Amino acid sequence: MSTVLAAAQDPTLADFGRDPWWLVLVKIVFAFAFGLLATLLGVWFERRVVGYMQVRPGPNQVGPFGLLQTLADGLKMAFKEDILPRTADKVVYFFAPTISVICAVTALSVVPFGPKVSIFGHWTPLQVTDVPVAVLVLLACSSMGIYGIVLGGWASGSTYPLLGGLRSSAQMISYEVAMGLSIVAVFMTAGTMSTSGIVAAQAHGSKLDVFGWNVTAPGWYAILLLPSFIIFFIATVGETNRAPFDLPEAESELVAGFMTEYSSLKFALFMLSEYVSMVTMSAVTTTLFLGGWRAPAPITTFWAGANSGWWPMLWFFAKVILLVFVFVWLRGTLPRLRYDQFMRFGWKVLLPINLVWILVLAGLRSIEDWERPQRLLATAIGAGVLLLATLLWPSKRKAPKPPLQEQVNSRPHGSFPLPPMDLQVPPSPRTKRVVAEREPANVVAGTDSREV
Amino acid sequence: MTTQTVLAEAASVGGGEAVTFWILAPLALIGAIGMVWARNAVHSALWLVLTMLCLGVFYVLQAGPFIGMVQIIVYTGAIMMLFLFVLMLVGRDASDSLIETLRGQRTAAIVLALGFAGLVGTGLYRALDGVRAVGLDKPNGEGNVQGIARLLFTKYVFAFELTSALLITAAVGAMVLAHVERRKQDKMDQIATMKARFRPGNYPGPKPGPGVFATSTSVATPARLPDGRLTERSIPEILPARELTAEETSLKGTERK
Repeated sequence: MSTVLAAAQDPTLADFGRDPWWLVLVKIVFAFAFGLLATLLGVWFERRVVGYMQVRPGPNQVGPFGLLQTLADGLKMAFKEDILPRTADKVVYFFAPTISVICAVTALSVVPFGPKVSIFGHWTPLQVTDVPVAVLVLLACSSMGIYGIVLGGWASGSTYPLLGGLRSSAQMISYEVAMGLSIVAVFMTAGTMSTSGIVAAQAHGSKLDVFGWNVTAPGWYAILLLPSFIIFFIATVGETNRAPFDLPEAESELVAGFMTEYSSLKFALFMLSEYVSMVTMSAVTTTLFLGGWRAPAPITTFWAGANSGWWPMLWFFAKVILLVFVFVWLRGTLPRLRYDQFMRFGWKVLLPINLVWILVLAGLRSIEDWERPQRLLATAIGAGVLLLATLLWPSKRKAPKPPLQEQVNSRPHGSFPLPPMDLQVPPSPRTKRVVAEREPANVVAGTDSREV
Repeated sequence: MTTQTVLAEAASVGGGEAVTFWILAPLALIGAIGMVWARNAVHSALWLVLTMLCLGVFYVLQAGPFIGMVQIIVYTGAIMMLFLFVLMLVGRDASDSLIETLRGQRTAAIVLALGFAGLVGTGLYRALDGVRAVGLDKPNGEGNVQGIARLLFTKYVFAFELTSALLITAAVGAMVLAHVERRKQDKMDQIATMKARFRPGNYPGPKPGPGVFATSTSVATPARLPDGRLTERSIPEILPARELTAEETSLKGTERK
């Protein structure tokens, strides 16, 4: 397999919209089934992994390794009573979970699962569709998904869901800003907004000339644009309402947040949308930053055919599962943030870092084709300005506190009386007696006595 | 036919485009009418969301995928969400009242609306009469996003920057007006609070709860001080002081049947 053939399998925008209707249908059904199956296995995976982290088995009774536990739970949920609260707004209450699920699943339609393959004689990309603004379609889906949660919270006609809905709308709008800004760096580097184009742009690293050496820069944007990648992933955790950012459904404060009043299949739909959006976000992160369906670096050197045919789906799913594992890992590790800390983190940490990083990246890209000495000079000036700003940044450190006696002397008249500073508490006579009466502990001095 | 050509081929109306239009145009109109007619403010906002979504799809159909997606993300996703945010805080039962406060406003509104619609309609008709649509093939030649970017950063760069400056000014002004931050020295520390509490004329103890040592459990019943006097400080100021009837003050459920 040569690189020429591999390049021929790279789908471009012109390859989309040529499929017969049955192939389009097959692809759509595949993406939908992928979402459902991912939920089914995702819940099992999460419970098993969290169980392992908490030193307990997790679900292991239904089916092999407990694989069918989620199916059993889903069936049970379908047969539960569907409760409609008296104060609920009936139409909106009914539509809210549907909106959530539709938006979560629709986002999968622009995710590339693999290169062009032959399906029953049709040479077609493994992706439902691609448009010049595919990444914006993803953003639109995630921003419309908020409606499901907010309307569900409002339509329940009760306080906890309303608070959960309000929290989630504020949270998701804030984190969408951070998310959008980190995608800007990807757009700037890839030069396109179509997902297949972004995957293709990560195929080969650019040749760099570092002090005379020809170094191939890594192609993955996770390495090239590391700050964007980190911020994007944090923002996706906030966007999917997953721990440690699961404030809209914080059970210690809001019962179950926006889904407190939901039961039966409607609740199942909310659950479904949460897991589908977790998988979707993992797939999007894979596409934007982890090279999409392309095989990780060492594999392609040993095996040139790793990026052709149906194999790329393997790499894609491996990367998605890895990211889902990180989601679960975060949930198993980190405690929930307080709401104000969470919002401050989004607006005052993620956003400014992102803006500065985009500025730096834009600067680096605009001096790319300059002469070497000028480029070095520009970089040095930029670094110097950055260094000066860091050094001269007004520090928040407070003045050292005066010694204790001085603080005591400077207290205003009429302050609360203090006990003397040199007060020595004498040992209680009772403690003395107990110690004297106790038998000596080292009756048998073993070899491990020192450790006791 | 590829996506690109589908998007660029706005000059001639294709079959898919016509079908989409005839499905979504009634929906957009229903959304607009529903927004005006809905009694509940949140329902009104949701109808508007429907119209905006349809508009977004129309933009995509008209070879403007970028503006269509931006319409959905910014207007539907962010701005309407903020509207909803405020409407929800107002309360779910805040519906329109049907009492007219201005005399004859309905008739005036209908007449003005018809007049406005007539003006816009004739204006549009006269502007578009005899105009041949050329489509967006030429502006979209190097890609829709790239075309918009080129215009924004060359021809319209000052207009764009001025608009952003205006918006930032508005945002900062709103923050200055709404956000009150007290200076550090204005905050009362523990000593200042203590002194204020023990200043002459102020009773330092906690306020007695309403109904303490009283004959009724109503919050409107003032508490009694240890010397038997009633204290007015125990009742919230907004409650009217009222005399209780003998029946209300008598113990309930103790008399023999």
